[in-house]
Amino acid sequence: MRRIHTVIIGAGQAGLAMSYCLQQRAVPHVLLERGKVANSWATERWDSLRLLTPNWQSRLPGCTYAGSDPDGFMDMAGIVGFLDGYAAAISAPVEPQTSVTSVSSLGDGYRVTTDKGIWACRNLVLASGACNRAHVPSCAAALPGHIDQLSPLDYRNPSQLRAGSVLVVGASATGVQLAAEVRAAGHEVTLAAGQHIRMPRHYCGRDIQWWMEQSGLLATTTGEIDDLARARAVPSLQLVGDPDAQFLDLNALQRSGVEVVGRLAGIRDGEALFSGGLANAAMLSDLKMNRTLATFDIWADEAEIDSLAPPERFPATEVPASPTLRLDLMRKQISTVIWATGFRPDFSWLHLPVFDRKGRLVHSDGLVAPGLYVLGLPFLRTRKSSLIDGVGADAAALADHLVQFTGRQVA
Amino acid sequence: MTYVSTTPANNGVNTEALIGARGAFAETPVAAQFTFKSTCDWIEGTYNRNSISGYFGLGQEHERKRTFSIESDHPEVFAAADRAPTPTEIVLAALASCLTGGVAAVAQHRGIQLHSVRATVEGDIDVQGILGMDPEIRNGFSAIRVSFEIDADASDEDIRALVAQSQKRSAVFDIVTNPTNVAVTVA
Repeated sequence: MRRIHTVIIGAGQAGLAMSYCLQQRAVPHVLLERGKVANSWATERWDSLRLLTPNWQSRLPGCTYAGSDPDGFMDMAGIVGFLDGYAAAISAPVEPQTSVTSVSSLGDGYRVTTDKGIWACRNLVLASGACNRAHVPSCAAALPGHIDQLSPLDYRNPSQLRAGSVLVVGASATGVQLAAEVRAAGHEVTLAAGQHIRMPRHYCGRDIQWWMEQSGLLATTTGEIDDLARARAVPSLQLVGDPDAQFLDLNALQRSGVEVVGRLAGIRDGEALFSGGLANAAMLSDLKMNRTLATFDIWADEAEIDSLAPPERFPATEVPASPTLRLDLMRKQISTVIWATGFRPDFSWLHLPVFDRKGRLVHSDGLVAPGLYVLGLPFLRTRKSSLIDGVGADAAALADHLVQFTGRQVA
Repeated sequence: MTYVSTTPANNGVNTEALIGARGAFAETPVAAQFTFKSTCDWIEGTYNRNSISGYFGLGQEHERKRTFSIESDHPEVFAAADRAPTPTEIVLAALASCLTGGVAAVAQHRGIQLHSVRATVEGDIDVQGILGMDPEIRNGFSAIRVSFEIDADASDEDIRALVAQSQKRSAVFDIVTNPTNVAVTVA
């Protein structure tokens, strides 16, 4: 059994940012990585995916984007290269190809069992990601066996799909991007849209991420939020990392020939049943977008930002007058269902009493238990905690806490 | 049918008129397009009152002889004054009424004399849904159970067939078991 002061599980942006912060504080540590650096980006994302945040926003502690296209959006090779470069630049002590199989208590610290041996540590940082598992609703079990089911973790590109129509369930960034791509490949596509958030790529001449950052929206802390559980479950914005795609919303999808229906309510007797509340989901989304844009207008006015185009509002979301409520899977020749219904972290190897009754990791601003920290989850400490640009400040704060409570000595 | 009837069944349902209507609607299907209405006025708190009078059908507006009233409120555990049933109870009542009326009509059509019919309805709700506490818990009923006690001049099997047919032709059963597009606007 090897002993070390601190173990970080995962060598993506969160683990690497923590490694940098611990090095700065002279804390001995190791990163255990099941694959290689940026493994999820490299192996669990679809081919066409680009970051939803512009390159200038790819900032990690001690590192800013230095390329020639600050307003561009990294593809997966780009983000893997970016994180590889960061890991090399900070000489992160990564143990690659090392899968954690179990974590349990050990004295004042933790025992981390891997397929390459056991580590004992005083502190443990969970940086294994927020999107390890695709969440699939239980009604998936009622789908006829002849229909292929794909999660975004399985989907790579439309060439995987058999001929036939495709039902995409979920209208956050993942769902709208996959629906658009599958439609462009020639499939009939039905998109089941529940609660979703519409947002333009650019507003008044600036990227929406510029607005969210500059207006202070991204810096919102957990203490400023009334209902944290809800804030942590907010779906991703309907965006795509493409400066030419101003909207990838229900209007754009319908123009491209995607049929939009309400939230999938169930599957029964070979039929998919959809909520009759699509119009309200679209209305809520428009109201939410316009409220956000109004806060931007107020901020820009008060901050006296020059060189901005005047405030603008966008046409409302149009939904069919009578959206389809029942879809006969056989008659519609649905060959594939894509579940874009959210992601969950995987802490199945974490054998500690740190979960709520629904199996969610309980933490307070990233502090799970004495010596046990987590990074990279939605709204962990701030609204940008799950962004590359947000994990650095979280890592620094948790590193400060770690040093304050356990010092720098080897356990 | 396994029963023997000596006198014609009389459940108070004019099936001949209904069968006549079927013939008329087959010839002019547009006359079969009905629109039902209710107007709900807020009184105080969660207490409000529906007025039900006019409806559209047979190609024209109809006004009833009287205006019906359905009030709704919430019980005291929800910090309300409990002046009337909850909307969810009214939904359960509507389902029970629709199925019970259907049993009578189907029984009449099948020549089955009813002596008593009682439907007991229960609906389960986890109120964490409407309180916004858990997005995975739905607002509405997670399950509804209807139990019929029927005394009729018919075999057990025929009574079960009555209840099954009543569900098959029930508007409210369809409404609560299948999705419906709902448009809510602000005038």
